Amino acid sequence: MSVPRILTSAALALGLASAAVAQEKTKVGFIYVGPVGDGGWTYEHDQGRLAVEEHFGDAVETVYQESVPEGTDAERAITQMALQGADLIFTTSFGFMDPTLNVAGKFPDVKFEHATGYKTAPNVSTYSARFYEGRAIQGHIAGKMTKSNVIGYIASYPIPEVIRGINAAYIHARKVNPDIEFKIIWVYTWFDPAKEADAATALIEQGADVILQHTDSTAPQSAAEKAEGVITFGQASDMAEYAPLPRVSSIIDNWAPYYIDRTQAVIDGNWESRQTWDGIGPGMVEIGEITDAVPADVKAEALAMKEAIAAGDYHPFTGPLKKQDGSDWLAEGETADDGTLLGMNFYVEGLTGEIPQ
Amino acid sequence: MDLSSIDPVVLMASVIVASTPILLAALGELVVERAGVLNLGVEGMMITGAICGFAIAVNTGSPLLGFAAAAAGGAALSLLFALLTQFALANQVASGLALTLFGLGLSALLGQGYVGVKPPPTAALDFGPLTDLPVLGRVLFSHDLMVYVALGLVAAVWGFLRFSRAGLILRAVGESHDAAHALGYKVVRVRVLAIVFGGACAGLGGAYISLARVPQWTEGMTAGAGWIALALVVFASWKAGRVLLGAWLFGGVSVLQLNLQAAGAQFPVASLGWITLAACAAYLGYVLWQRQEISGRTRVILGVTAFAGAAFSYWRQGVYVPFQVEYLSMSPYLITIVVLVIMSFDKSRAPGSLGRIFHASQ
Repeated sequence: MSVPRILTSAALALGLASAAVAQEKTKVGFIYVGPVGDGGWTYEHDQGRLAVEEHFGDAVETVYQESVPEGTDAERAITQMALQGADLIFTTSFGFMDPTLNVAGKFPDVKFEHATGYKTAPNVSTYSARFYEGRAIQGHIAGKMTKSNVIGYIASYPIPEVIRGINAAYIHARKVNPDIEFKIIWVYTWFDPAKEADAATALIEQGADVILQHTDSTAPQSAAEKAEGVITFGQASDMAEYAPLPRVSSIIDNWAPYYIDRTQAVIDGNWESRQTWDGIGPGMVEIGEITDAVPADVKAEALAMKEAIAAGDYHPFTGPLKKQDGSDWLAEGETADDGTLLGMNFYVEGLTGEIPQ
Repeated sequence: MDLSSIDPVVLMASVIVASTPILLAALGELVVERAGVLNLGVEGMMITGAICGFAIAVNTGSPLLGFAAAAAGGAALSLLFALLTQFALANQVASGLALTLFGLGLSALLGQGYVGVKPPPTAALDFGPLTDLPVLGRVLFSHDLMVYVALGLVAAVWGFLRFSRAGLILRAVGESHDAAHALGYKVVRVRVLAIVFGGACAGLGGAYISLARVPQWTEGMTAGAGWIALALVVFASWKAGRVLLGAWLFGGVSVLQLNLQAAGAQFPVASLGWITLAACAAYLGYVLWQRQEISGRTRVILGVTAFAGAAFSYWRQGVYVPFQVEYLSMSPYLITIVVLVIMSFDKSRAPGSLGRIFHASQ
């Protein structure tokens, strides 16, 4: 037996032993990519964690680690959490995908839940929200409200989730305003307030009067507020402290019901690996209050679209749609299948620039 | 290529704002390292300054008091480092790393009630008619006080280290603390003062992010700026002027790359040739200025390279390729390092006692 193997089995034995001792209490772990006080993505995941604590009371203990970098260091953090005796671990960023699977292979008795990824294992589930449904509504409001016809988009990493958001927003902005132009900046970070603010400032200086962001902090909201005459949307969290202007609406991620549901499954012993992808209908994606800065008719249209999406009457990716290179994607009335959406790596027709590869 | 949406004047003004935080932090660390102390806690002191400044500015309504509190907060945290390394003789690297971790945690705690709060605006100084000057008015005379404080500090630190007696003592302590001690200088006292100055500067840099550049409080909002400041000091060969150059380069390329992305700019391939040509000319200029001899072989290599650069530019004239965003993202780091490393070929070196522990009995 090699030394690492002995160590692993010793660790496993220790984990099993402690699990046996603490059988009464289910331990749920959370790995966060940013600080819980980011006011956006991680904040909402932590709200979900707190909801789990409140719902189960003494039956469940939660632990979390914040600001875990994506990559190899994440593997260490997840392993440590598994060694501490966690029964269920939520890893809440796309970049934790491979680390989660690697650790899951070493801890077959621990259940893992990876947010926004696409790889599963017998003890690894994935879950994500259909943020693009909210993006469609934002695109509609943005297209109606822009005066300069330039919309700035702060993108994080070129992954399908982000590209879906850009496409959904663009399609619906162009539908109501054919002259619309999207300027996209890839910042290659989920959380860096100074850089996010700089990106927003650069977009505003180049004429954008609507800023959409797919990063986690509220910094772009501050930058927009400083500039005046610019509107923004809350991302991942309501960011209501910037309402009524610049923030005119928001996409809110509501993870609490899912986290409670999955924790219950572990307690009941009927947890199974599955892929969850819920949108506005089941309540995983919420649309934050549309403020009075938005004209009443635009607000009514946006709310109507929200209802249609929630009821399943309208799909944000409905043909006819073409890809950026002009080739056909969806025919008249056809809607995109989940497989294509999950692996989306192309822009729709009309967007300029290239997706970094 | 459509660069018309980038306004160079507005861009320059943004560059100055973007480079101020790391400039302040790096200047402080420069003085600390010239005194022979390696404080890796810059990030921790910056973020502590960011929240101290933010909290006081919000509560008093005065950004100025906020900046003062930020300097005090950063200095207070640095005193902890001074206590550990100068009196308890702890390892400087470990203490500095611990200071960063401590600062991040402390700031998160202090900042509990300040998420989503708006700070009082940091107003631009009123220069009267100067602000209305074309180009210069926007670039130089449209900023808030801290920008000018930072620039003033560059000159002050440079002058202090170069011309003043106290600066000479500080450098002596950094070069050889044993010799300085033998001459009767108070090594520990000098170092503690330097550490406190470094802490105050880092605090100011952090507060500039939370009060002026973003402006808001978010946990972990410095996001590595302290580490960049640390690297900058090394690549700037411990010279104040080069720290300024490095900070402007880093801030400049950071902002420029965001603007290039937003404008959907394309890369003119011919510029590679022009850069080669310019590099040859710069080298030739340097050699002539230093009155060095050039060997025949060097002359041939220089000539051929310059010609190849010019020919390449002519050949690829008007050819554009899309920027690779990945390269744009790394460009601030890459360009800053390359430029400063090339400049450091003039035999600059680290202070002799950097990072070494001093005790009078040893």
